[in-house]
Amino acid sequence: MRAYRSLVAARFRVLLQYRAAALAGMATQLFWGLIRVMIFEAFYRSTTRPQPMRYSEIVTYIWLGQAMLGLLPWNFDTEVRNMLRSGSVVYELARPLDLYTHWYCRAFAQRVAPTLLRSLPLLTVALLFLGMRLPPSVASGLGWLLTTFGATLLNTAFMTLVTITMLWTISGEGIQRAAPFVVYLFSGMLLPLAFWPARMQPLLHFLPFRGMVDVPFRLYLGQIPAAQMFGEFALQLLWTAFFILAGRALLAQGTRRLVVQGG
Amino acid sequence: MTDAWRLYRHYFALSLRGQMQYRASFLIQLVGFFCTTIIEFLGIWALFSRFGSLRGWSLAEIALFYGVIHLSFAFAEIFGRGLDTFPNLVKTGDFDRLLLRPRSTLFQVIGMEVSLMRVGRILQALPILLWGAHSVGIVWTVGKALLLLGAVVGGTSLFLGLFVLQAALSFWTVEGLEIANILTHGGTETGQYPLDIYRPWFRTFFTFVVPLACANTLPISLLLHRPGALPLLGSLSPCFGLLFFGLALLAWRQGVRHYHSTGS
Repeated sequence: MRAYRSLVAARFRVLLQYRAAALAGMATQLFWGLIRVMIFEAFYRSTTRPQPMRYSEIVTYIWLGQAMLGLLPWNFDTEVRNMLRSGSVVYELARPLDLYTHWYCRAFAQRVAPTLLRSLPLLTVALLFLGMRLPPSVASGLGWLLTTFGATLLNTAFMTLVTITMLWTISGEGIQRAAPFVVYLFSGMLLPLAFWPARMQPLLHFLPFRGMVDVPFRLYLGQIPAAQMFGEFALQLLWTAFFILAGRALLAQGTRRLVVQGG
Repeated sequence: MTDAWRLYRHYFALSLRGQMQYRASFLIQLVGFFCTTIIEFLGIWALFSRFGSLRGWSLAEIALFYGVIHLSFAFAEIFGRGLDTFPNLVKTGDFDRLLLRPRSTLFQVIGMEVSLMRVGRILQALPILLWGAHSVGIVWTVGKALLLLGAVVGGTSLFLGLFVLQAALSFWTVEGLEIANILTHGGTETGQYPLDIYRPWFRTFFTFVVPLACANTLPISLLLHRPGALPLLGSLSPCFGLLFFGLALLAWRQGVRHYHSTGS
């Protein structure tokens, strides 16, 4: 356990070195959020039809999305890819650590470290100046925190699974490229899920991706009652377990037939 | 000039052959670029089905904006992607080699990579554009076709200009600046909608500082005969994009003059 903890800590220290990148990232996300806020503002001014969310809720949703963007599993661990290409993955195999847990920890740190660095200032700016609101109750806020943690575990498990598929494809194309679109579309990042047509809702509700974005955000807004947080969290954990089991099975298969590149 | 053209064709062929070595990977990336952007339009469609209209614009009209901006960006990316890796040339000092060759530096940098998989973006933008034009019921004349073509030319020059500026910056900073992506990718995101839906300061910025309007509201309002369309400025719109590109070239020249090698 200690080994994994220090692994996460080491990755954290590496990733936190890139403060300028974090600043640039924050500026980009502020800009992006602003565009989206303005687009929704224009849409809301064009209609009197009832909408699934109020304008102020959408604004909050957008800023939460910009702040939590880094948690989403869409940029994969290029170092693992390079290891597979160069063949130095043998060192990974030789370590007295469980490879799956090792990669999971890497992925966890890769999600969390940059997000922590970016999200706090971004949320502060958005809350003070950009129309974002606080959750309606303490319970909603706690529900958001709990399911954000659940989302992080889920994202990491999904990302590790995708990383493992590289054992087959090596070039890092295909699944690694398709996964981000699926996540982007079905998580709520492209559009809050409530805005999709009614006939798509059952599918969206079934897929694991809503646990990545939509569930924590709607808990924050109070649209999902705070009382449901444990049920939602349990569902996130269930999907996490599914991705972990799939990842482990695939890794076991993959290491058995792994051909190491290079000499 | 003809000589330069021949050389560029040579670069083009080399780049193409390189990309075709990994055919499966090439195809997957092409499909990837197709998907990333088509998803965006899916989102716009869903919003329209909820809200009905956007400040008096219909989905079909927005499809024109969407098509023009994505075509512009795609063409700019196909030709200008070599500029993407340019900061590395400065960082490693490899730019020295380019200075020794009897060709313009920008020409060589641009010739380094012709990224054909960006055709994926064209494959999705063009049908959407044509669908939009068809649904709006545009009666095509030579003038209107030229207007639309001009919008894409203007937009392409604008984005190429932004790529050149972004690359030229690294003459001073040595490090590549990711923040400039705000203007390129952010500009594409912004330009998917008419500028008049945005707040005034934002509209002003993308009209006078970065003339995105030249591939957006100016020509398309004219094409659709919107009230308040400006016929003269609308028909001149490609010039603003070209002007911006020209200014970017001047900045590049200044940058080359400023260049100090980092050594080997």
